[in-house]
Amino acid sequence: MTPFTEYAISALLIVGGVFTLIGAIGLARLPDFYTRLHGPTKATTVGVGAIVISSVLYFSTLGQDIGIEEILITAFLFMTAPVSANFLAKAAMHLQVKTAKNTRGQSWDQ
Amino acid sequence: MLDRLRFPQPWLSLTLFVTWQFLSDGISGGSLVLGLILAWGIPQMTRSFWPDPPAFIKAWRAPAFVLRVLWDIVVASVEVAKLILSPGQPRPAFICYPLELEHPLAISILASTISLTPGTVSADVSDDNKLLLIHALDAENDQEVIDAIRNRYEKPLLEMFQ
Repeated sequence: MTPFTEYAISALLIVGGVFTLIGAIGLARLPDFYTRLHGPTKATTVGVGAIVISSVLYFSTLGQDIGIEEILITAFLFMTAPVSANFLAKAAMHLQVKTAKNTRGQSWDQ
Repeated sequence: MLDRLRFPQPWLSLTLFVTWQFLSDGISGGSLVLGLILAWGIPQMTRSFWPDPPAFIKAWRAPAFVLRVLWDIVVASVEVAKLILSPGQPRPAFICYPLELEHPLAISILASTISLTPGTVSADVSDDNKLLLIHALDAENDQEVIDAIRNRYEKPLLEMFQ
């Protein structure tokens, strides 16, 4: 493994860790259910993405595999995350969860 | 009976089959057989959930769209991270987005894209498929968000599906 790939892998791991941490902070800090939905589903997209790319780099430089599994993990994650966010939002609208006071616009429930 | 032996969605079946070969440890007789069973069974079980496929998709426009979405995810993630760490309160908003897309598959791709790009979640689609309810984390003005989505995502999708 060359020093360059080692630096790249470390940098990606740090970026991924920082974004995941920020997502968790957002979950704790944001004012209402709907805004909290953004923290974990969003900042973690980049967090998980960066960690997966570093894993692909690591295992491909070791010469074991080209890391198709990791790419599939990312693809599945990107396909399922919007669906779960959508269902959480729909459930919240159905239960008429309180929104932050300064929210503009109305939710609907049909 | 014969209807049950067909592959109603050849592309879905092919994707499932190939994905299964990647997931299993190397291609073997067993993985080929199981892949075939999955490629036949899953489309059969989910066939009633799928909309009729659109007549024609300009698939060669897809890579540019995917790259643009990936880039936007990175840029917008940094913005959301800044927002979370800054002391001020965000200005959340529910925004009704008037859809120009008509095909259900195109609408679900647009809704997923909106949810994946940080700062916006698509919350619901109206029953007549004309409105998309979006929750934005920090929006000064509804029209800006609507215009951004229209120009960056809906127009390329319209070109792909029509």
